[in-house]
Amino acid sequence: MADTYSTQFRTCETTGLKVHLPGERLFYVHAVTAVVALLTGGVMALLIALTRWPAVHLLPADLFYRFITAHGMNMLVFWIVFFEMAGLIFASTAVLGSRLPAVWFGWLNYALMLVGALLTNYMIFTGQADVMFTSYPPLKANPNYYLGIILFAVGALLACFHFMATLVVAKKEGYHKGSYPLFTFGILIAVILAIFTLLAGAATYIPTWLWAMGFIDSIDPSLYRLGFWGFGHSAQQINLAAMVSIWYLIGTLSVGAVPINEKFSRGAFLLYLFGINVASVHHLLVDPGLSASFRIFNTSYVIYAATIGSMIHAFSIPAAIEVAQRAKGYTNGLFEWLTKAPWSNPAFSGMALSVVIFGFGGGVTGVTQGVEQINIMSHNTLRIPGHFHVTVVGGTSLAFMALTYYALPLIMRRKIIGETWAKYQPWMFGIGISIFATGMSFAGILGVPRRHYDVTFSSAIFQVPFSATATTMLGLLGIGAIIAFTALLIFCLIAALTAFFGERIEAKMEPHYPPYLKDGSVEAAAVAS
Amino acid sequence: MSVFIPERNWWAQPLGKDEKLWLKVCVLTAIILFLMMPLYNLTGHQNPSHEGYKVSPERFNQLTEDFVAKNKVRDEVVKQRFGTTEVEMKIPVVHPGPGVKDIYLRARAWEFYPILELEEGREYRVHMSSMDYQHGFSLQPQNINFQILSGYDLGCHHDTS
Repeated sequence: MADTYSTQFRTCETTGLKVHLPGERLFYVHAVTAVVALLTGGVMALLIALTRWPAVHLLPADLFYRFITAHGMNMLVFWIVFFEMAGLIFASTAVLGSRLPAVWFGWLNYALMLVGALLTNYMIFTGQADVMFTSYPPLKANPNYYLGIILFAVGALLACFHFMATLVVAKKEGYHKGSYPLFTFGILIAVILAIFTLLAGAATYIPTWLWAMGFIDSIDPSLYRLGFWGFGHSAQQINLAAMVSIWYLIGTLSVGAVPINEKFSRGAFLLYLFGINVASVHHLLVDPGLSASFRIFNTSYVIYAATIGSMIHAFSIPAAIEVAQRAKGYTNGLFEWLTKAPWSNPAFSGMALSVVIFGFGGGVTGVTQGVEQINIMSHNTLRIPGHFHVTVVGGTSLAFMALTYYALPLIMRRKIIGETWAKYQPWMFGIGISIFATGMSFAGILGVPRRHYDVTFSSAIFQVPFSATATTMLGLLGIGAIIAFTALLIFCLIAALTAFFGERIEAKMEPHYPPYLKDGSVEAAAVAS
Repeated sequence: MSVFIPERNWWAQPLGKDEKLWLKVCVLTAIILFLMMPLYNLTGHQNPSHEGYKVSPERFNQLTEDFVAKNKVRDEVVKQRFGTTEVEMKIPVVHPGPGVKDIYLRARAWEFYPILELEEGREYRVHMSSMDYQHGFSLQPQNINFQILSGYDLGCHHDTS
């Protein structure tokens, strides 16, 4: 078994990890596709934001809703999931020093996801699916829109199974022994959350697809909302688990941070596993007919168990970095470890900003808006997207960007083009998205609705204008969006130029044999070869 | 390190003093936060509605029309712009008489119907449902929001005092 694959490995000179080259190629295509989706969604973002800014009000109504649909799908689903699938390959092969067991299967999953993403985008941009990201029935899109999402989800689901199979193979063939590293463990939690999410997606999108084709008469709007958010919100919890895993990973790669207590960090991931997905009920808080106990239990993340998980990470990640920095001799005063951190390393600064923006901006607003009585003052207003743009964009996307600055030289083996630009990019993106979300949140607090094309309600029969402050906040939203979009563009340029034209870093090819063959000896593997 | 295999007995490593303290603070905060929601349901004056009924759009439409017929006080003539053309429309204004508690508000693209005139100091039960799409109801400037679905009646107690 071992000698078939032993020559397909290279040794990473920075980390010492053994990287299976077929898995690396698959990582590469997933990551490149993710960045294409990010750029598509980013252009849409700018156009939408410039429409929400009343002084500009750029797009006509039909394009506004079309581009919101495209923005939601490309950002929340395609960019993030393609990137996460790349992360799955890395966590199960390179981190464990294992081979990817079924390379063809990996490519099949990728092809399914790619065809699904292209079909969905085609339907949106040709105006056959102006249903927004949520596609609430009875709004109906062309059946192929739903089919595209289903194909994408099937590909992603199979990729999750492939990840699990890789974990099994890694142990069975002797590539790995003992507990999984924390990063792989965190990604495993994300994968379990993903399987739940994708099944909820199937239970929602398959009947809706059949309904769009005329095989089913109607879809119950309330049931759809339950199923859709079982998919839509849970998908963000996958991001959460993946993002936190990436924080730990970057902590290790940038300053050599070691988790201060494995039990503490892993326990926090388990709290995510058991407590976080029920929070999807946030979306139903002002729906008709749900009991108080159902809402309170679910939207409190099971008595805030999952929130305790996040609080543990909020403690243990900075602590791990502090311990690592102090060990390097940065022991003056309380904060020398922090001031002497590698702030010019875009991966480190991106991770640190992601922690702060996600934690203080996203986590706090999320827990607040999930409270029944506060939710009725924020539901359907811009305060909600104000919240999830700091979690998904300022948190997850920024963490993914930060990791890309390691992935480019270490996995894609290219020297980064535009290193100086890269130094400033996370700061610009983080500051831009924070300004943007502040504008959104305060406009929402003042009552501005989240989904409406024209918040001046110029064709309404009674004029009840929002306060001038709300208009100012929408202007802030626009300015923040321009800054964040510029940073996004810089990121895409750096990633694309480096991936295609960056100077190649030669692979250090070394045969790699499973170090833990059944009799437990390294020599056995060498003899077997 | 987060990418390397942990020590064999990682689960047996005790938590440090600081970690234990942090965990206690977090658990305590979580319990207090959790208790606030049910407590506010019992003592507060601004809670989401927990009342809902299944109702067909046809039936709800009938209930609304009956309610309008019984309680209408006048018509409001308004000009509505559809693209470039302007149309004059009559919208009934409803002022529920003494003792009328149940009031109906119908959502439909692109209108809420009828216009409601409510008295200060009275308690009403507002029924809301949609004839077609999902609609967001928003009471401004209080910024109170509800989701209105087709096939469901959201019963919502509103005390105007």
